[in-house]
Amino acid sequence: MKKTHIIILVGIAALIVGLLTYAVDFSTYDSIASARKKEGKFVHIIAKLDKDQPVEYDPIKNPNYLSFTAIDSLGNKTKVVYLNSKPTDFEKSERLVMKGTMKPEYFECKDMLLKCPSKYKDDKEQLQKNVTATTGNGESR
Amino acid sequence: MKFEGEHLLPGQLGHFFIILGLIASGVAAFSFIKSIATKEIQQKSSWEKLARYSFITQGISLLLIFSVLFYICYNHLFEYMYAYKHASKELESKFLLACIWEGQEGSFLLWAIWQAVLGYIILRRKKEWSSSVLAVISIAQVCLFFMILGIYFGDVRIGNSPFTLTRNEIAAPIFSRPDYLNLIQDGMGLNVLLRNYWMVIHPPFLFLGFASTIVPFAFAISSLIQKKYTQWVKPAIPWTLFSICVLGLGIMMGGKWAYESLSFGGYWAWDPVENASFVPWLIIVAGMHTMLIFNATGHSLRASFFFAMMGFVFVLYSTFLTRTGVLGDASVHAFTEAGKAINVMIGSFVFLFAVPALLLFFVRYAKIPAIHKEEATGSREFWMFIGSLMLFLTSIFIIAKTSLPVYNKLFGTNIANPEDVEFSYNKVVVIVAFIIGLLTAVGQYLKYKETPAKYLLKKIAVPTLVAAVVATLLGIFYPIHFYKHGMGFLIAIYAALFAAIYSVIANAYYIWGGLKGNLRFSGGSVSHAGFALMIAGMLISSGNKQVISNASVNGINIPVAKDANGKQTEDPMENLTLLRDVPTTMGDYWVTYTGKTFGNEKGKRFYHLQFQKKDSSKSKEEFSLNPDVYVMKDNNMSSNPDTRNYLSKDIFTYISFALNESGNRDTGSFHIMEMNPGDTGYYDHGYVILNKVERNPDNGKYHFKPNDVAMQADVRIVNKDGKSVTAHPAIQVDNIGIVNFDDTLYAQNMFVRFAGISKEGKVKIGVKTSNGVIDFITVKAYVFPWINIVWLGIAFMAIGALMSVLQRTQAKPRVWAAVLVVASLAIFYLFLFANQ
Repeated sequence: MKKTHIIILVGIAALIVGLLTYAVDFSTYDSIASARKKEGKFVHIIAKLDKDQPVEYDPIKNPNYLSFTAIDSLGNKTKVVYLNSKPTDFEKSERLVMKGTMKPEYFECKDMLLKCPSKYKDDKEQLQKNVTATTGNGESR
Repeated sequence: MKFEGEHLLPGQLGHFFIILGLIASGVAAFSFIKSIATKEIQQKSSWEKLARYSFITQGISLLLIFSVLFYICYNHLFEYMYAYKHASKELESKFLLACIWEGQEGSFLLWAIWQAVLGYIILRRKKEWSSSVLAVISIAQVCLFFMILGIYFGDVRIGNSPFTLTRNEIAAPIFSRPDYLNLIQDGMGLNVLLRNYWMVIHPPFLFLGFASTIVPFAFAISSLIQKKYTQWVKPAIPWTLFSICVLGLGIMMGGKWAYESLSFGGYWAWDPVENASFVPWLIIVAGMHTMLIFNATGHSLRASFFFAMMGFVFVLYSTFLTRTGVLGDASVHAFTEAGKAINVMIGSFVFLFAVPALLLFFVRYAKIPAIHKEEATGSREFWMFIGSLMLFLTSIFIIAKTSLPVYNKLFGTNIANPEDVEFSYNKVVVIVAFIIGLLTAVGQYLKYKETPAKYLLKKIAVPTLVAAVVATLLGIFYPIHFYKHGMGFLIAIYAALFAAIYSVIANAYYIWGGLKGNLRFSGGSVSHAGFALMIAGMLISSGNKQVISNASVNGINIPVAKDANGKQTEDPMENLTLLRDVPTTMGDYWVTYTGKTFGNEKGKRFYHLQFQKKDSSKSKEEFSLNPDVYVMKDNNMSSNPDTRNYLSKDIFTYISFALNESGNRDTGSFHIMEMNPGDTGYYDHGYVILNKVERNPDNGKYHFKPNDVAMQADVRIVNKDGKSVTAHPAIQVDNIGIVNFDDTLYAQNMFVRFAGISKEGKVKIGVKTSNGVIDFITVKAYVFPWINIVWLGIAFMAIGALMSVLQRTQAKPRVWAAVLVVASLAIFYLFLFANQ
């Protein structure tokens, strides 16, 4: 076998090892219930902000503490603590992708992705709302 | 129904040119192929003529489509969906171009235009390989025209046209009125995150980079088809170098943009969209090196074929990832899904090019000439090949990770990224950086075929020694403090940093020691040095990035985990609340939030932060930063950072939380005290002394004229803690009535009012304390040390690649110098000065 072939094989082996080591710290998408079953493990939860429950954020006291209640599509709820500032338009978000670990009392969120309705111009329903809203103003003028 | 005020002609024209362009590119593809297949000279040349004219026709069609679209956006013709979605009246005209490539349709258009331009250059040069390369480009043009076609076949719409009408796209009651256009006041406008000069520059560069990768692909695949295996490499090299230059610049422009104006807190985050453009770049860099090997030694031809084709295939795959919505939750800035039909079309586009390329490669593999004698271990080609392989494997590693959402879709799994995504990439890439650093340092000192050990040692001794000294000094006087991921990772950072420094010095030295200062041939050395400089800059600026809005220094003191050496290991809490007018410590500075002002555009607010160096004994260093928050029409907020640039560091800050202007009006009332100058009055938190009253003052605060009726009071307020402040409220009487100029003491939460004059001639001073008036913002602030090295590095890398392009296309010395000077000035300006 040629040197280059050996090196190619070694390289591919290294690549596979690299990807496998990565596989070890894979996380998963979970529901609140299944995240509770693996307390302490890093998971992704897709949920919504429960708008009936209070959102606690007092930046003057502590700008790095946000707590709220999240509800997932199965109807399960959990308290969430997010040690960061409150994202803009948090209350308006329609969907949250939360990354963190489940603790006995609450879900400790490390990072959060927000899906807000109007950021997505290609969403037809939203466009319809927009047309109606802008023209509504127009008529009243 | 007849609708009033619509301008339907531009749309019809645009649509016509789309169809014309589609047909023309189809004819071009067919007749280019025909001209290659035909043996008879006269027929051959007539097919070729037809093909060339068709290709030019589709190119002109594209330019006209673009012009029409620009016209529609420029004139705010909101009857067109594209203008309604992407343009708005208040938008500054420089962003009109940005509107065009904000949407899917416009960016396909941009891509097609660049391919047409590159095709035209090839067409003009009339080389023997032109027809086969242009045939491949024409096929790609057909695909891109389909993307913007927008014609229904049955219920399925093929492609999304940029010329659809708003009333056909959206179902809303107003469209049943003939005068609906009067009701649409304004378009939705460009997303505020995208209102930045980089949005005007970055996409054209990136798409030129993407578009240019088709040229090496076309060379490779047409050579495989025609079984002419060796001739393509030489002409393909300058094109590949051009791709490397432009795509590399385009990618880093995106990084600079993210760094400058988006609140991501950095220039690279291993976001899927970033990765998707980085992977093809790595592959074409690998391909360019194997082509060089083949050119010099005859080795690595198979690898050259493979890499040249994979570069474009991965551009297509990136398109698939970023435009079909498959990334979904994984990325912050992918395009959103634009309909199932278009997704299928993008998918077919990928398959149409990837499958034949791969099949052909494997079918012809055995026939591709290869040298059976091994490369010597001491030869340049051997180590260049190792480097190329390294880059390719890295790209596969990155794309394999990035494709996670694709596996989830395919296999119904629910795998997600690990806890620290960036680290999961960095821990692998830092090792790659180390190896590439060493290879680029030593590589040029090796000779093709075999390098005598003595020669190598003699040549490389000096740069090695210099590098060792520089690296050691750096390690002693400017150590990296990155303890978050443990000692192993820190050692890896040091190793990569030393390799990068070695490479910078070795390559710089090579220009004099190896090339005797012959700059025309030094493109490789310049771009290697630039690349290594960029890596060094990244390692330093990220390794020593410092969070200065650290809550643990703000008296709140949240305990942060420390390791045995007392080094901080955990992320500090990065947000800091600044009360108005209260100086707060941040790193080496006292920072005071002094107020906010409104920007030109509606909904834009600038917050003023005054920075003052704590140790002001040496120099009185003071500056202000004005990050802004932008509330869009749809009430979305975006936060844009402001940066103070120094040669050696950037101080970077943005607003992470600000109260909305919801006017929490204060309901408390003033406590009024009547007094003469010199008197003392009491209120519930302390006492007030009226020092003096001044008539029609003209000072720093008020500018009254002598014939005004106005008074200013000088009041000293002492609160319970014994803290004393002065306030200067004023009152003015004019023909409209009484105007009170209250003085607000934000730090004390207090309003002071000159309330009037009593019947007895005493001065009425009002005092009000309130909890509702607290004005504050929450900020994040970082120091990025030596970040300019990153920009300097990318600039040198691009310039080096350009030098090689010019050298390999045998540009005349005068052209060579002119192009290089202009391009260098532009690149340096963009990356280092444009934002200051």
